[in-house]
Amino acid sequence: MTEPVVEAVNVAKVLGSGAAQVAALKGVSLALKGGELTLLMGPSGSGKTTLLSILGCILTPTEGTVLIRGHATDSADTEGLALLRREHIGFVFQSFHLFPTLSAADNVRLALDVRGEPARSAKARSREALAKVGLSHKTSAFPRELSGGEQQRVAIARAIVGNPSIILADEPTAALDGENGQAIMTILAGIAKEQGRGVLIVTHDPRLLPFADRVVHIEDGLIVSEKRGGAKRQ
Amino acid sequence: MPLFITLAFRNFFHDRLRFIATVIGIVFSIVLVTVQMGLYLGFGRTVTTMIDHVSADLWIMPHGTKCFEDPSLLDASKRDRALSINGVAAAIPVVIGFADWRLPNGGTTPVFIIGSDLRSGGLLPWDLVEGRIEALSIPRAVAVDRSYFDRLGISGMGATAEIRQHLVRVTAVTNGIRSFTTTPYVFMDINRARAHTGVAADKASYFLIRLSPGADRNHVRGQLLSYISNVDILTPAEFAERSRIFWLFGTGAGAALFAGALLGVIVGTVIVAQTLYSSTKEHINEFATLRAIGSSREYIYKVIVCQAIFSAIIGFFFAALIGTVIVELTAATALPIIMTPELIVGLFLLTVVMCVASAIAAIVQVIRIDPATVFTR
Repeated sequence: MTEPVVEAVNVAKVLGSGAAQVAALKGVSLALKGGELTLLMGPSGSGKTTLLSILGCILTPTEGTVLIRGHATDSADTEGLALLRREHIGFVFQSFHLFPTLSAADNVRLALDVRGEPARSAKARSREALAKVGLSHKTSAFPRELSGGEQQRVAIARAIVGNPSIILADEPTAALDGENGQAIMTILAGIAKEQGRGVLIVTHDPRLLPFADRVVHIEDGLIVSEKRGGAKRQ
Repeated sequence: MPLFITLAFRNFFHDRLRFIATVIGIVFSIVLVTVQMGLYLGFGRTVTTMIDHVSADLWIMPHGTKCFEDPSLLDASKRDRALSINGVAAAIPVVIGFADWRLPNGGTTPVFIIGSDLRSGGLLPWDLVEGRIEALSIPRAVAVDRSYFDRLGISGMGATAEIRQHLVRVTAVTNGIRSFTTTPYVFMDINRARAHTGVAADKASYFLIRLSPGADRNHVRGQLLSYISNVDILTPAEFAERSRIFWLFGTGAGAALFAGALLGVIVGTVIVAQTLYSSTKEHINEFATLRAIGSSREYIYKVIVCQAIFSAIIGFFFAALIGTVIVELTAATALPIIMTPELIVGLFLLTVVMCVASAIAAIVQVIRIDPATVFTR
């Protein structure tokens, strides 16, 4: 049994203050392992994105602990959390969040540049990452010159280029048509299986279920069910 | 090249209109500062032009003299005392004073008389373009600058006029000896200068001291001060500094120039700060994404400061071009704007500091970025 790469232990999160306070998570425990694609599903407002943010060290829990490769993150300050993110976590966002003034290659390279990687090796690794998502012919293209599916593939390349332990994806197919959504999921499933990384995908979309090794349902800030899936083997 | 530089460059040029507004703001600001500081330097140099062109080791002047144009008088007996000091080779009297120059059409215009002993040197005109110094020994001879011909109502060499009912004739013409007060200088022999300014024969405005070879200036000055009362004895550099301080700060002219320069810096800082702030705001989502993918704050600061430095370099380039043109255009005026290598370097550093300081507002905004916003935008 492999050790979890990221683990939430009895995590609670209160958002807002005063009368507007909301308990977004009410004691959630979830362990994510390498080589496994997990779908986190649930209705709007159930706490999916809050849990993703906490697992991704973007938010800190009000209670409970997050462990990255077995190390608690409780004592990390803002910069310490940023360091954990750039060393261990790759993000894929619903609306891609690419930099419009940078080429596809430079968008990917950015994830290495923030780590201080020298330009020459960063360029080579960016090209490799783009090749892995099937975009080796689009390295010089700017986001406006790419389709939605291609933009999301660039975002995935940016997420994997730094060899993170885990990829956290927030509704990665929501802005895409069915065909492109399937293509993106195939890539993400491949990252889990072939590269042995943990992949957590927040989604509403039941069409993604066939790609999952595991499906976690969350409602009203609590995990209500967890199933092992029969993931498609690519 | 690190990618943050590329990102800063692209962000900076992304919005052309904002880029142009920023550059115009910086150019306006730096040209204003250049003009003010160039005027300051030009003014400082112009007010000491007479002192700078005299070959003397020490100046003896009435106690409390504020500047070269201060028309107090010394007794000739002080000259004799000075000459009795060991180490003093010469004590050359100089007479200055204001007088009225009668124009050919009957009107008058004020002039500033400078009289010196022609045989001893002293304070003689320089940069002659017509005539010779020796010609000033001819009765009624004077030297004037050609830039004042119109002002003096004359056409050039040989022209005649009257000063205090005494006829004078232009026998030498200089080029570029201009007064910042716009009152024309008129050079002549010391005795005629006394007559034209009403100074008694036993009086002088200054004594220019030349030391014997090997004499120690400070020692001689000490001796002079102990023998001659109620005078100030200054080196040329000290007298020039005293004149500069009087004209620049005693009159408020320097303060006005500095105030103008400060205004330029404030305007520039506000414009660049506003531009960087709005640029950062426009790209806030990108900065939030950077934070989410793990960039440090320092990395984001580098992007913003880089943009500020691009602004500074481009703005300074155009400001320097305009400044050079202004310097050329004012070179022949009574108050030229002077640009020295030190001033250019100083202005560039000021531009960079101004632009980087302007980035503070943008940086404060970035500090507040919540990377979690990437999930909601």
